[in-house]
Amino acid sequence: MDIISAAIPMLLKGLQVTLYIFVIAIILGFLIGLVIALLRLAPSKILNWIAKVYVDAIRGTPFIVQLFFIYFGVNSLQLVSLNSTTAGIVTVAINAGAYFAEIIRAGIQSIDKGQTEAARSIGFTGVQTMRYVVLPQAFRRMLPTITNQSIISLKDTSLLSVIGIADLTQQGQIQASATFEAFKIWLAVGVIYFIIIYLLTILANFIERRIQLR
Amino acid sequence: MSMIKVKNLRKSFGKIEVLKDINAEVQEQEVVCVIGPSGSGKSTFLRCLNRLEEISGGEVVINGQDITDNKININKVRQEVGMVFQQFNLFPHKTVLENITMGPIKIRTTDKSAADKLAFELLDKVGLREKAYSFPGELSGGQKQRVAIARALAMNPKIMLFDEPTSALDPEMVGDVLEVMKQLAKEGMTMVVVTHEMGFAREVGDRVIFMDGGYIVEENEPNELFSNPQHDRTKAFLSKVL
Repeated sequence: MDIISAAIPMLLKGLQVTLYIFVIAIILGFLIGLVIALLRLAPSKILNWIAKVYVDAIRGTPFIVQLFFIYFGVNSLQLVSLNSTTAGIVTVAINAGAYFAEIIRAGIQSIDKGQTEAARSIGFTGVQTMRYVVLPQAFRRMLPTITNQSIISLKDTSLLSVIGIADLTQQGQIQASATFEAFKIWLAVGVIYFIIIYLLTILANFIERRIQLR
Repeated sequence: MSMIKVKNLRKSFGKIEVLKDINAEVQEQEVVCVIGPSGSGKSTFLRCLNRLEEISGGEVVINGQDITDNKININKVRQEVGMVFQQFNLFPHKTVLENITMGPIKIRTTDKSAADKLAFELLDKVGLREKAYSFPGELSGGQKQRVAIARALAMNPKIMLFDEPTSALDPEMVGDVLEVMKQLAKEGMTMVVVTHEMGFAREVGDRVIFMDGGYIVEENEPNELFSNPQHDRTKAFLSKVL
């Protein structure tokens, strides 16, 4: 048990990095998803096409390839210099953005056309209609799927350890090789991930219930 | 004074022409009922009056503004033209009160207390003050439609369009909604009502338009049209519904 309690502070430090990257990336990812979804539904064919290419490209390639492309590939062009944390955040955000885009698009399309017509007939602009009428309703329907994607993205951050980010998984590796207690360390890492995701689920359920009540 | 003037209006969905050369005029404070078999184009005609349907050709002048002109601000025009839908289309995530105050607050930037006061007045008018804090899902169809009318009236429109407002209601709910509409007509609201309620058309309408196959076949003052239809198609339709 000593080994574990000695390793725990380091693992928690790793968890901090994981959560930091996750929170920033998921917010960015959601904004990217919203923009891409709106482009996908825009009246312009070119904008639809751009959004579709983006979603297809991200969905059609593995996360780790996207990560290497951004960290090694983009950096090798020497136009920008992304440190590993930035590259990690950008990759998770871009990746989640594509999936969020599809979730948001489906959510928007699930709202009855009569809602838009009623809002427009009152005199709301298209943007106001989205903001006050369509998106609030769509968001309620999207929430379970958004939660799901967020959990997937949180787990994806564990792959960032391969570019040397000192996240929870990376700290696990360090502790496991330093202590030769792979079983206990990886069990502890697993338990920490599980608890975080479990808390996230509880939070999502709480928000969902509050929204349903209103 | 002419509130609505429609000239050579045409509307196509793809290759299907739904409205073929419609000409009509509605005066201030006039109540015009539009009747006709389903698929005759009457709802499409109504929806062209606030450009919920893009207009394929012709002119639609609302309160002096030609809404087929792309330079006009259609949102401004729509603020003056209330619409009530067959399926109510209340905003389910907002209370009854919020449904009504949303337009005034967000569009007219009325402050909340003034908007609430107006909303309660309108709820009194439609007899639903006690439902102010309910959500649409908790109301019956007839109550929903009365809230929808109040919501449209909150923008203080000059014209009200009704698209089969009682067609989705249980029979016992129809009366309450028609009563509110009658009251509105009495107060001098300019109204265009697409309806299957021949009793309402006869009693409240100043004029009845009969549409079929994308044309206005016949229009007249209600008693005349119902008791003495001129066209065979009008006769055939009326014999089925009266």
